[in-house]
This record gives sequence, structure tokens and C-alpha cells, in this order.
Amino acid sequence: MEALGLLFHGFAVLLTWKTLVLMMVGLVLGIFVGVLPGLGGPNGVAILLPLTFTMDPTSAIVMLSCIYWGALFGGAITSILFNIPGEAWSVATTFDGYPMAQQGRAAEALTAAFTSSFIGSLVAVLLITFLAPMISSFALKFGPPEFFAVYLLTFCSFVGLGREAKHKTVISMSLGLLLAGIGMDTVSGNLRMTFGSAELLRGINFLVAVIGLFGISEILLTMEERLALRGHAASISLRVVLSVWKDLPKYWVTLLRSSFIGCWLGITPGGAIAASFMGYNLAKRFSKDPESFGKGRIEGVFAPETAAHASGTAALLPMLALGIPGSGTAAILLGGLMVWGLNPGPLLFVEHKDFVWGLIASMYLGNVVGLVLVLTTVPIFASILRVPFAAVAPMIVVSCAIGAYAIQNAMFDIWLMLGFGVVGYVFKKIGIPLAPFTLALVLGNRAEDAFRLSMIGSGGDLKVFWSNGLVGSITTLALVLLFWPVIDGLLGRVGLTQRTRATSR
Amino acid sequence: MSQTDIEIVVDDPTAPEDDSPSVVGSGTIEILVCLLLLALAITLGYDNWRTGASWDATGPEPGYFPFYLSLILAGGSLYGLVTALVARRAASGSFVTRAQARRVMAVFVPTLLFCLVTQFLGLYVASFLLIASFMRLVGKIALWKSLLTALVFTAIMFVTFDIAFDVIMPKGPLEAAFGH
Repeated sequence: MEALGLLFHGFAVLLTWKTLVLMMVGLVLGIFVGVLPGLGGPNGVAILLPLTFTMDPTSAIVMLSCIYWGALFGGAITSILFNIPGEAWSVATTFDGYPMAQQGRAAEALTAAFTSSFIGSLVAVLLITFLAPMISSFALKFGPPEFFAVYLLTFCSFVGLGREAKHKTVISMSLGLLLAGIGMDTVSGNLRMTFGSAELLRGINFLVAVIGLFGISEILLTMEERLALRGHAASISLRVVLSVWKDLPKYWVTLLRSSFIGCWLGITPGGAIAASFMGYNLAKRFSKDPESFGKGRIEGVFAPETAAHASGTAALLPMLALGIPGSGTAAILLGGLMVWGLNPGPLLFVEHKDFVWGLIASMYLGNVVGLVLVLTTVPIFASILRVPFAAVAPMIVVSCAIGAYAIQNAMFDIWLMLGFGVVGYVFKKIGIPLAPFTLALVLGNRAEDAFRLSMIGSGGDLKVFWSNGLVGSITTLALVLLFWPVIDGLLGRVGLTQRTRATSR
Repeated sequence: MSQTDIEIVVDDPTAPEDDSPSVVGSGTIEILVCLLLLALAITLGYDNWRTGASWDATGPEPGYFPFYLSLILAGGSLYGLVTALVARRAASGSFVTRAQARRVMAVFVPTLLFCLVTQFLGLYVASFLLIASFMRLVGKIALWKSLLTALVFTAIMFVTFDIAFDVIMPKGPLEAAFGH
């Protein structure tokens, strides 16, 4: 049980007043970000990232990950009380959460949401604690071909398994990879695609793009909609909390099922949104009384929230172990690691033990503190929504600009942010997904380096990606996933023909 | 428990009307975006070709990887262009209605001005102006509330970033007058 010893060491790193205060600050900011319309987990973390530039990496990651946990908790508040999902992964929570609030069971629904979030993340953190060190020590044997194969797998699974039109995912991903290549070429030192511009020399910073794509564009999108809202106010009493907790064991199957779904979907890119819907639908299908879902059933809150949080947390596993983020927010945290001078990847577990185990320990602690915090302060956070959007919107714009500027102290980045804001707005409206773009932009250089190093190693022979069992099976799997819709269709046709033959006989 | 009472109500008097006419259809925008992406792919592809997209003694040249990516991007946008042109016959949804466009511009234009002012007068002055005028003109919030909010928010940002966390923002003549 080496992991346990290291985990306790992680707790020891954490238990200083400074980190505990940062943790609280992060959680409060995170809940804020989760509750406010026009701001979500990824852009909240991206905007607040500059605050951490002058901190040491461990404090920085503790604060940032707490912002993330806070945002995850915060999304549930508006879903239940106002029927407005603060985040896309909270949509499924509104199905039963809002009816519960209408029936005067808001406190119960909120307690259920927070508790199940907690349980979901706990399961995922346990998984990270024991699995991440194993995966990373396994990945230490990886050479460039293996790494490129893993990157390829990530990209291909986005194209093959994503629900958007395939060509739009391809567009978004290749655009991200291309923009990542602008500036100095990391292998040869030559300049590429700069067209003589001194500003483009630095390349397009990933975080600047994210702030524009998610922060600015989200404000534009929010303004398009009717901003009027009516909601319930609720405070949670200890009695309600205890009565919900007393019933928890009855729902262990739902909780466990959703946790597994969440962990699985969190590790494979795809994420929390799919997980929350799948958790909800499966709970409904396996229920003895599926009709009562959507009318205020507590299981309808448990199932999606557990899955969403398990997935949001599990997304950090591949980021820590392999340096490949499983979600947009994980991608931004990865961008943060690079800013703090840490090199993401399997070596992190060897070279920066304090950092990694501090982070893992902060996931445990952050979730416990977060649970207590949201349970006690819900009324305050719900009333944030009274603040008119006309006051919130310009403040978000200013925060975005501060965030974008602070990364490289460049005015050009503020303009770049504005440009990406427009791009994000248009892309979202015509259905070009932004997640593959984000992932491609952050992984682009690393993927290219891995590819070129393996090519240099093999003398330009593509067979290097099938040179041994490990790399061969990853590459093959990647190609299978890329063409999955085609393969699935073919299999379906074969199945169909057999069936028709059977009936005609 | 009296939690069934609705206690938080926020109205939105300037909300876009539902029956506002469409300014432009999504199909048209999709065609436009695909054309722009195609142009970008060709520009970048050409630049990479110029940099060197083949092999030399040490392995792939710098333009190799991005060159093939621009081909993929060009392929994707061409496919998108064709599908959008074919689908155009069928009625496509509205990209933005006139009322929505007005609201989006109400945020976009001030944001653009904010960036301009930041360039010349520094971020904090721009921030104060943006918040105060946006709240007053777009949100129709009382003048004193707008000014106070803008001042407090800008001050908090200044203290947090420039003083507490040492993250230096662009500044203009006003800050210079106070010796920052």
C-alpha cells in the first residue's frame, strides 16, 4: 500500500493554514462561477488562473482544483432552484430536481444533489489514488511512438464517438492542431505560419483561446436569451440533511452504477455531459416505476449528479498519469501545469511527488469541505442570481481581459481573446464542437513532437506504430474508433441481413 | 415549510421578442464559415509548403505535420461546404433574429470599445468605464449604483492583481499620475 503512505504525505503537505484558506477561497469562487449565468467550470478556471501565477505549484493547483469542485457543486443549485442548468452536465439534474423544488422539497433535492456529487467524486478519487500511480509507472516505459499512439487514440475517439457531425469535429480538431503549430517549431527551431508577424512568434496561447472561446462567447450567447428567471429560495436544515442521508443506503445500486458510468466516461474523453444523461437514463430504465421519473423523484437527482461528478473528477486521471486531459477543465489545468513549469506526463509522479499527492489529497479534502460549505451557504449563493446580468456581464468581460493579458503580458492577447470570442460564438451556433479544438490546441505540440521523434527514430517508416504489441494495439484501436460509425454500420447491416434471412426462412 | 413560494424573481424587460424576423439563416453562415476555413487552410498549407513539408536528412521538415493538417482542414471544410450547399434547399433554421442581434451587439460593441480603451488608457480605466456605462446604458440601472459598482469592482481588481498577487496589468496616464 505504497499509495496510502504517499497519500498521507500529501495530506501533510496540505494541512497548513495557507493552503486551507486558499482551498476555501477556491471553493467559494468556484460556487460563484457555477451559479452565475454565462460562466462555467472551464472558463472560470481559465479566468482565475492568473491569480495563481505567482504561487508555488501545489498551492496553485489546490486553489484551481477547488474552483473546479466549487463549480461542479454550484451548477446543481441553479438547476434545482431555477430550472436553469448552470452547466451542460446539470441538464439532467433539472428533470427531477426542479419538480422537487416546485413541490416544496428543494432542500431535499439540494441535499441529494450535493451528497451524490460528493459520493461520485469520492469514488473517482479513490480510483485515481490507486490506479493513477500504476498507469503512470506503466507509461514510464512509453517511447515517442507509444505516446503518439495514445494521442491519436484520444483524437480518434473524439471523431468516432462524438455526437456532432463528423466533419465538424474533424474541422474543429485540425484547426486546433494547426493553430497550436503557429510560432517556433519546437524540434527544429524554425518559424512557421507567422507571416512575419512578431506577435504570432510566441504562438497562440492555449489559455487565451480558452478564455475567448468559453468566456466571451458565453456572454454573447447568454445575452441572446431571455434572462428573466423565477426560482425558489431554500435553506437546508440539519433535519432534512439527516433524513436524506438516512435513506441513502436504499439507493446504493443507483449511486454505484452512476459512479461507474461516470468514471468510465470521464477517463475516455467525452465526458461529464454524456455521463449525466446516461446515469439518469439507466436509473430510469432499471427502476421498478419508470413513470415517476421527471415528476420529482429523488433518484432522478442522485443518478445524474453522481455520474457527472465521478466523470468530472475521473477526467483528471489521464491528465495526471499520461498528460492527456479527459475534459475541457482538465485541459486548462494541464495548461496551468505548464505555466508553473511542470511537465505533465508519467514523470510527474516520480519528479513531483509533493505536487501530485498534494493534489490528490486536496481532492478528498476539497470535496468534504465543499460539501459542508454548500450545505450551509445555499441561500446566499442562490441570491447571487438577483444581481442583474447588466452588472455581471461587464465584470466577466473585465475578468476575461485580465486573465488573457496576465498570461504573457501582451496586449495582443486581449485582441486575440476577443477574436476567439467571436469564433466561439459562431462555432457554437452552427454546431462545430469546441471541446476537440481545445484539446487539440493544448496537445498539438506534444503530439507533433511525439510523431516527429518516432519518425526520426524509425527513419520515416510508418510501421513504427505497429512495431510492438503495445503500440500496435493502441494504434489499431485508435483507427477502429475513428471509423467506428462505419464499422458499426457494417456490423448492423450484417446483423440485419442475418435477421431478414431468419425471418424469410 | 413555505418553500413552495417563489422568492427570487428577476425580470428581463429588454428580452428579445420571440417573433422577431431572422437576419440571416444558419445555412448561409455555415457556408461562409466553411469558405473562410478553406481559405485559411489554403493560406496555412501554402506557408507550410514554403517552409518545407517533405523530408530531409534529419527527418520530417518543420512544415510536414501542419501541411497535412491543413489538407485535413481543407477536406473537412470542403465537405462541410458541399453539405451546407445541398441542405440549403431545405429550410434551414435562423442563425440570429433581429432582436437577438441587437442584444448581442449591445455586449459586443462595448467589449470592442473596452479593448480599444485598454490599449490607450490602461485596463483599470477601461474597466471602470465599461462597467459604469454598460450598467447605466444597457441595464438602465441607477447612475449612482452603476458608478459605485464600477469603482468598487475596479478597485478590488487592482488590489487583488496589481498589489496582492503581483500580476501587472496594462496602465495608462491616470495610473502614471499616481505613480504606478
